[in-house]
Amino acid sequence: MAETPAVQVQDLSVRFGDFQALQDVSLEAPRSSFVAIVGPNGAGKSTLLRVLLGLVQPERGSFQLFGGPLAALPPEQVGYVPQVKNFDRSFPALALELVVSGIRRAWPFRITPAERTIAEEALEQVGASRLENRSLGRLSGGELQRVYLARSLVHKPKLLLLDEPATGVDAVGEADLYRHLEAYQKRSGATILMITHDWEAANHHATHVLLLNRRVIDFGPPQRVLCPECLSRAFGHVGHAHLNEPIQPRIP
Amino acid sequence: MLEALSLPFFQRALLAGVLVGAFISYYAPFVVQRKLSFLSHGLAHAAFGGVAIALFLGTEPLWVALPFTVLVALGITWVRSRTGLGEDSAIGIFLALALAFGILILSFRTSYAAEALAYLFGSLLTVTPTDLWITLGVLVLTLALLPLWGRWAYATFDRDLALADRRRVLTQDYLLSALVAVATVVAVKVVGALLVGAFLVIPAATARLWSRTFSAMTVLSVTLGISTALVGLVLSYLFDVPSGASIVLIQAAIFALAFATGRREQAG
Repeated sequence: MAETPAVQVQDLSVRFGDFQALQDVSLEAPRSSFVAIVGPNGAGKSTLLRVLLGLVQPERGSFQLFGGPLAALPPEQVGYVPQVKNFDRSFPALALELVVSGIRRAWPFRITPAERTIAEEALEQVGASRLENRSLGRLSGGELQRVYLARSLVHKPKLLLLDEPATGVDAVGEADLYRHLEAYQKRSGATILMITHDWEAANHHATHVLLLNRRVIDFGPPQRVLCPECLSRAFGHVGHAHLNEPIQPRIP
Repeated sequence: MLEALSLPFFQRALLAGVLVGAFISYYAPFVVQRKLSFLSHGLAHAAFGGVAIALFLGTEPLWVALPFTVLVALGITWVRSRTGLGEDSAIGIFLALALAFGILILSFRTSYAAEALAYLFGSLLTVTPTDLWITLGVLVLTLALLPLWGRWAYATFDRDLALADRRRVLTQDYLLSALVAVATVVAVKVVGALLVGAFLVIPAATARLWSRTFSAMTVLSVTLGISTALVGLVLSYLFDVPSGASIVLIQAAIFALAFATGRREQAG
């Protein structure tokens, strides 16, 4: 019997008042796949992730995670990295506390030795040990992303949902981020869904690309989906630089 | 001063001040970090409206002000969660409504204007044994709900993260709003409706400037709330000035000190 997909979405539509955010979206992300979600601003990429997290109720359609409803999957099995640009820098917090909040699903008043050990290991996994006692408000975009990623990994989730994890991260930080993601996926066999505006990153790191503009334009291997014609259908136009430089196949 | 400590009304005022200082400054970090400072002013005005209704009905003010203010707090949270209106607009509507209602009620008779003024500015003389029991009750309730600190703090830090972790954030919002409303009403007796909003903001804002963690901010806010209430009440007695003004001026002085010496994070 074939293994159920990690994420299965059927005819999903989401409406906010008069605005149709998603329409009849269907896809099947196999287990252990790395899916890049690509599309223009307002294409419904974040809405799709928010539906999968249970933060937005669909108008119609349904989805299953690992063959069952969201409620059947313990929250610890879903790791989530939000956009760091939404982060409130005035909140007084240390990086270690943010990671421990992922363990408890609550903010820690006092950190136990056991929690400290788990959080330190998670920070070490993403090369962020030195950040543990730094104030969150003073971290750079790339440093914050590492801490959020460490937080999302503390329970070794089967599914990782990442909302533009490389935004505000420099080139070195971005390369590190993908290295840590791929290492985690290799170790755990987790499924990753990642929103990105970077077609090159999608091409190099993803096994599948979902090209979205409220509807599914295409879903499949990067070499097929990231063709100039498909991108043009999603974005309306494609920058000359991208059109003139054929996207290279994924590096195995 | 020692003579004053033997006076029952002053003992009650000091005890009420310490208790109010403890619980209101415990909720204050949530108010400040959720950027709800305006809420405290709205609830204070609502409390005054409730007091006006009670004076008109000739009943104990707290028994009317408490449910009235809690209803206003829940109304603000409900309107905010059900509409696209900003926090400030929702609060502004309810603030104006509650205050207009209070003024209307008070305009029917003028015989209780002096008592109403005491609620506006706060007075040591107005703390009754009943008030003290209610204040103690709110403190016990606050202590009983201490385990919720972590969930409230989590949703304060990032509402979406808490929701993604399937926490019942809206339920917690309603509960926190109701408790802030209760704390505000009870504090009105000591610091007055006009200044209770400052009491809900300044200790936490001061603590923020001296704290690297939210737990430290909470502990420091409570410490400042208790100590400034004590010192403010003593000065209020010694110089015969309204207790609310003396407490808030001391809090403001400490905030100025924190501003001069504390940490200031770069915005953005």
